Amino acid sequence: MSTTNLHLDPTGRRPGLFGVPTLPEGSPKLTKKDFTSTAEVRWCPGCGDYAILAAFQSFLPELGVPRDNIVCVSGIGCSSRLPYYLDTYGMHSIHGRATAIATGLATTRPDLSVWVVTGDGDALSIGGNHLIHAIRRNVNMTILLFNNRIYGLTKGQYSPTSEQGKITKSSPMGTVDLPFNPVSLALGAEATFVARTVDSDRALLTSILRQAAAHRGTALIEIYQNCPIFNNGAYELLKDRDESAARLLRLEHGKPVRSGSRGVVRDGDGGLRIVDLDELGPDAESRLVVHDAHAADPSLAFALSRLESPEMAGVPVGVFRSVSRPAYDDLVRDQIAVAVDAAGGPATRDDLAALLAGNDTWTVG
Amino acid sequence: MSSKTVERVDHVVIRFAGDSGDGMQLTGDRFTAQSAAQGNDLATLPNYPAEIRAPQGTIAGVSSFQVQFADHDVNTPGDAPDVLVAMNPAALAASVSDLPRGAIVIADSDEFTPRNLTKAGYTGDPLDDGSLDSYQVYAFPMTSLTVEALSSFALTKKEAVRAKNMFALGVVSWLYSTPTEPTESFIRTKFGRKPEIMNANLAALEAGWSYGETAEIFAVSYEVAPAATPAGTYRNITGNMATAYGLLAGAHRTGLPLVLGSYPITPASDILHHLSELKRFGVKTLQVEDEIAGITTAIGASYGGAMGVTTTSGPGLALKTEAMGLAVMLELPLVIVNVQRGGPSTGLPTKTEQADLLQALYGRNGEAPIPVLAARSPNDCFDAAVEAIRIATTYRTPVLLLTDGYLANGSEPWRIPDLDSLPDMPVEFASGPNAVDADGKPVFRPYLRDPETLARPWAIPGVPGLAHRIGGLEKADVTGMVSYDPDNHDRMIRLRQAKVERIPVPDLEVDDPTGTAETLVIGWGSTYGPISTGAQEARRDGVEVAHAHLRHLNPLPANAGDVLRRYRRVLVPEMNLGQLTVLLRSRYLVDAVGFNRVRGLPFTSTEIAEAITKFAQEGTL
Ligand code: SF4
Repeated sequence: MSTTNLHLDPTGRRPGLFGVPTLPEGSPKLTKKDFTSTAEVRWCPGCGDYAILAAFQSFLPELGVPRDNIVCVSGIGCSSRLPYYLDTYGMHSIHGRATAIATGLATTRPDLSVWVVTGDGDALSIGGNHLIHAIRRNVNMTILLFNNRIYGLTKGQYSPTSEQGKITKSSPMGTVDLPFNPVSLALGAEATFVARTVDSDRALLTSILRQAAAHRGTALIEIYQNCPIFNNGAYELLKDRDESAARLLRLEHGKPVRSGSRGVVRDGDGGLRIVDLDELGPDAESRLVVHDAHAADPSLAFALSRLESPEMAGVPVGVFRSVSRPAYDDLVRDQIAVAVDAAGGPATRDDLAALLAGNDTWTVG
Repeated sequence: MSSKTVERVDHVVIRFAGDSGDGMQLTGDRFTAQSAAQGNDLATLPNYPAEIRAPQGTIAGVSSFQVQFADHDVNTPGDAPDVLVAMNPAALAASVSDLPRGAIVIADSDEFTPRNLTKAGYTGDPLDDGSLDSYQVYAFPMTSLTVEALSSFALTKKEAVRAKNMFALGVVSWLYSTPTEPTESFIRTKFGRKPEIMNANLAALEAGWSYGETAEIFAVSYEVAPAATPAGTYRNITGNMATAYGLLAGAHRTGLPLVLGSYPITPASDILHHLSELKRFGVKTLQVEDEIAGITTAIGASYGGAMGVTTTSGPGLALKTEAMGLAVMLELPLVIVNVQRGGPSTGLPTKTEQADLLQALYGRNGEAPIPVLAARSPNDCFDAAVEAIRIATTYRTPVLLLTDGYLANGSEPWRIPDLDSLPDMPVEFASGPNAVDADGKPVFRPYLRDPETLARPWAIPGVPGLAHRIGGLEKADVTGMVSYDPDNHDRMIRLRQAKVERIPVPDLEVDDPTGTAETLVIGWGSTYGPISTGAQEARRDGVEVAHAHLRHLNPLPANAGDVLRRYRRVLVPEMNLGQLTVLLRSRYLVDAVGFNRVRGLPFTSTEIAEAITKFAQEGTL
């Protein structure tokens, strides 16, 4: 995709960066370096966050927008330190509230490209309410949810995505609570764009960032992120080259869902099942489920999200759902425009005076 | 006008009381508009149940509206009604203990059925068992008179009955010679699309008036002359509407768009309603998922260069606490309006209280100073809101504006201000580098302060070359980088404190007519009406007392200590257990004594006058 296409609006719909200024013609191309701040990066050695930051910084020049029109808002947690390392406008806010702050910002400023960086604890525990409501409203922002399935910054308690039975500092006999599946949660919250990727898969992460940036409305990207200190190897099975080839179900719109010698078929109960292609016989390929990311009905995307299991036998990655629905911030601004139009133009000082007076006045003296 | 005697009185307090479904708020509101239109000064007190549909006919379901109108300046809705309009037995039962001897009781006798009497807890019928002998009781079948008057209309019985509040309004309007034109035009506008209902309401109103005039029950009618108010154009306004308009006018003076993040909560929701009507003024209202999102969306808006505002009441303020601390750290403009209600916890949602003062001043983790101001009357909410925006934008700080349930729903005449008379409050965003680095290269320092105001630059995203990061972690002085340096933390704590302390606020004015009083009564916020009136009453009884009233609670006026120390005795009436008292005692080492009532209702001026008198004479309460 060329960078300028992001700004065109051939369909009459407003893509992700509509309203954000483009870099002036002929200005020097931005590079990763332009997006790298002078702050010293303070994540633990080997943390998955480094790879995500590098991919993000390398991707941003592709947007073709001035650095100063990009804002990155985060909450609290290891991942939420990211804005300090990005040489754009940024806010490292308070625990769980980044999506709400970004909602106020995006609604106020259509000329900004708004990004939220958050983690599993930040977005799904303390900030769960704001997350689902941002998604349901479809506020124009892209949320990078770093999911390491642990609390890192507070040194190793279980998180809302930790697998059941996990032994941590705060669960010496194993956790008893069921984890969230962030993709299922987002789809249940009426998400218009949901994707999943793995920190170490630079190509996939970049491709998803590109699609998310082009999407108007809330795009949620779950990024499986390794925390070598408190939850090392959580995604090891998906990183080993041979294992990952067998286990990652790479979703591509219009293509059968499969990985290596296995594929996804519908089971009798309306759900999906992973089977060996051999079992299906000669016309195996034609019996596989074909991914439709643009389906109006989220059922298929939801069924795909349910394939993920603690054993990681088949883990879908890629874009689960990408559909068009008017964005909240656009609708808020549209209502203002309609009201202003209906009144014959922007309010003047006299209009304000008339408002204050109301229709029930009396005069003294 | 009838040939009966018309007696002139200088003030009247009327309470309209009925079941929640009887339309008493509307009736009171309409009477208020009529009396305002004839030039009376007035103040109102609506009082309604917290339950939206409390059981019909019970005391819990009584809704009332009290208005005091006068030929002179009044600051309270009056202590005791001169007239009670009781639409059912429960309304009578709920109010009778507030009535002074000789008060007029107007009752709808149709509603005094055995069933309704039982629901209201009566064993007999007060209308004829002699229990109301010390009052002037006028009981007549208002419901059937209304139905009869509307017999020619194509209405169901139920629809006709519903107009009985207009009949009652007609009777009272006649009794106090207040012209009904404002109500008539109101009815025409409100029911314009339903001509049958419109005409029925007009007919009921007129029937009530004629009933007063022709039925031989009232021996006299009364008249309250216009008050001598300053020249100008007036309207009636509630505190919540004045707050909404003040926020808009303040934002207008700054040139910033207004963005409200809010979550519905009694009694603050009307501010959200009013502002959501103002889209044509560019006002964006975000009704969000919770109180925390209310303030954080507002912070996001302010970060983007709008005037971010959030509105709430006590429990909601508690939830916004952490985000207020973030706003202190970010040093961005923000206005938080807290319409106080009875607490703690859910408390008394529809009742008034002043018990959030210390929460407003200190209720945050860490040293998190926030300017706090409080409105003193419904129409003062406008000026207070403008002032809150001025302070927020000038000093780049969150500001807390305290009103309360009494101000929010109470109304009074408001002299509509000339917009040009409002303070000028231009806002400048940072537009380029403001310093040079060690190599002489121009750089932007997001925490480099204005030497006079100590405000930091407001650097909104999108400005080329100023990209920087802010957040809730401690900031290094000047550069705004994250800093864990102990001395820097100490310096920043003191800088943030000094920034708020140095905000100039007007001196505390003292109302001391003789100049020789030894007793000072000092209050803050909505007690202004009862305290000023109570002080006047005490003076009429020969007690020398001075009155001062605080608008600015943080910072306090520079002369506050001097004022307090000038008096031998200091009395502090508050609708809490003594929060301002604690503040004044600790801050100024004066022996201030609290007069505290926490009943969910405003003080009466009489109880204030009594407290002043006793305190001035005996030094104790
Ligand atoms: S604790 Fe884990 S997630 Fe946090 S920085 Fe260290 S490795 Fe990364």
